[in-house]
Amino acid sequence: MPQLTMRDALNQALHQEMARDERVIVLGEDVSGGAGGTSGEREASGGIFGVTKGLLPKFGEGRVLDTPISESAIIGAAAGAALAGLRPVAELMFADFVGVCFDQIYNQIAKFRYMFGGKSTCPVVIRMAMGAGMNMGPQHSQTIYSLLTAIPGLKIVIPSNAYDAKGLLIQAIRDDDPVIFFEHKALYPRKGEVPEEAYTVPFGEANLVREGEHVTVVALARMVPFAERAVDALAKEGITCDLIDPRTTSPLDEDTIIESVEGTGRLVIIDESPPRCGMACDIAATVAQKAFRSLKRPIIQVTAPHTPVPFAPSLERVYVPGPPRIEAAIREAMRDE
Amino acid sequence: MNGSATSDGTTLDSTRLDPARTLHAYRQMKLIREFEERLHVEIATGDIPGFTHLYAGQEAVAVGVCEQLSHSDYIVSTHRGHGHCIAKGCDVLGMMKEIYGRQDGLCHGKGGSMHIADMTKGMLGANAIVGGGPPIAVGAAIACKLRGNRNVSVAFGGDGSANQGTVFEAMNMAVVLRVPAIFIIENNGYSEHTGASYAVGSKDLAGRARAFGMPAECVDGADFHAVFDAMGRAVAHARKGGGPSTIETTITRFYGHFEGDPQNYRAKDEVAKLRVTMDCLKRFRARVAEDRSVPASELDAIDAEVSALIERAVVEAKASPPPSPADLYSDVYINY
Repeated sequence: MPQLTMRDALNQALHQEMARDERVIVLGEDVSGGAGGTSGEREASGGIFGVTKGLLPKFGEGRVLDTPISESAIIGAAAGAALAGLRPVAELMFADFVGVCFDQIYNQIAKFRYMFGGKSTCPVVIRMAMGAGMNMGPQHSQTIYSLLTAIPGLKIVIPSNAYDAKGLLIQAIRDDDPVIFFEHKALYPRKGEVPEEAYTVPFGEANLVREGEHVTVVALARMVPFAERAVDALAKEGITCDLIDPRTTSPLDEDTIIESVEGTGRLVIIDESPPRCGMACDIAATVAQKAFRSLKRPIIQVTAPHTPVPFAPSLERVYVPGPPRIEAAIREAMRDE
Repeated sequence: MNGSATSDGTTLDSTRLDPARTLHAYRQMKLIREFEERLHVEIATGDIPGFTHLYAGQEAVAVGVCEQLSHSDYIVSTHRGHGHCIAKGCDVLGMMKEIYGRQDGLCHGKGGSMHIADMTKGMLGANAIVGGGPPIAVGAAIACKLRGNRNVSVAFGGDGSANQGTVFEAMNMAVVLRVPAIFIIENNGYSEHTGASYAVGSKDLAGRARAFGMPAECVDGADFHAVFDAMGRAVAHARKGGGPSTIETTITRFYGHFEGDPQNYRAKDEVAKLRVTMDCLKRFRARVAEDRSVPASELDAIDAEVSALIERAVVEAKASPPPSPADLYSDVYINY
């Protein structure tokens, strides 16, 4: 099976879906880039992370729309185009930019179907790059998925590898509900086996990345490969873990997490986000309510601190939970034995 | 309904409006007026939940604009949206039920006054966020352009929304992408309780739109024929691929920002005076009497028919059941 980076897997998904369904359009700042430049090169960028490369030459300016830096208009236009029957994939570039277009996401897109009495569909995909680790500072490094997961009407997708990224993006484009699609920047160059043909990965079905018997570890996005390293290291000592990647936080596959905790009695949640009102809290609360009697030890949350993401590499390294912290947390969960 | 766009996509000017179309335009304006005047009465009884923003006084704008459109053209409306909904062809019985919060309302009672929509009529929703609609209208215009079907997309907004950055973004993007979007600014003189003479720095909203690189004109919003003709020019421009344009209409609202607004910001006699000088229905009647296009008796007959329809709408709405508790959970997602 071909090895593709997550970037190329996403790009392949966009190419295949645009070829399959002429209602699919792509819009955003620099999705092709080059318009109005002096070099004459029309596709000068192909997306700031290269995810939309090759779409403009193949599908043309009618379906691949370079926009001004106007996030509210980008997301609002995606919403309107969807109400009018298209299936837009809008690129917000950095997830942090949700701040300038939040109204269009949470007051408009998320609520259309409900407040219009079920008489509209808004099949929008909003792609956004998230995450720390590249020294991009406080306004280009956040993982704000918990903010959007809290909003009824949105589906929230957070792939951790190239295979899932392609299948989840195709599912997102074919899905009739609005989808927010988070892409961790540090995962773009990571390679994985990705089938050439189009396929979907369903929402609300967690991936059991590792199977074990002692501890349930839940991780999202970049925290999944970090957790793999910690879990694999501990396996050599005889501590084995279920490592669960929910892949979507809305809908959230609670059953897989709860079933696992019922078996292990221990839960460690890894979340590259500040600790308050985040996914770690949300999953911990769910387990506390639904599987309290199965717990042998307090739930452990491994998160970023309650700070903005710092710029300095020395600080950012401390900010992001890494394999050593994850490993220590799993050991802590095992401390009673 | 919405019948004045001709089949070949060209637009009519008001000098070529035949009697049937003239009567239709009058009926639409009268329907909005009666709907809103009746709501004003019914809201005072306490039977209508929430808060409501009445469109009375501005009817010639909604109707002048929508009489140039067909159901396959799109509009996006505002919190003061009843007039736009009616003008675009939404069912007034369903609208009234919606405003009463009833299960068989146009949106099953889930949206209310500020969220009435009907996709089958190209009515993409009233919108309770000031400035929320124009980006959405640009998106629908992108769809029109991609399909190459000569349809247009209209964003209604007021002098208040004209100060929102989202409107600037939408206008600029519409110019950049050269899409068939038409921005209608209903300058009714007030953004909530604050005068446009204070809140609009430049005093010139059409000029702002022009600065984004599109044609813009300013017309008397109480003059149906003037709005209709300006819209005809804008639609023709958009349908032939010329891109977006803006129409600023100067208009007034006969009621407060919302029902219950004491309107302490308006001179005591302001509305009474404007009801004399800025009543689009009176002016329409005077105009058609002068050009003898339709007899007054036919307008009177419309008045009676509309009055009966609104009475029926209120009676039916009051008799309609509220949504059931299970409806709380429906239509959040298509599948989840």
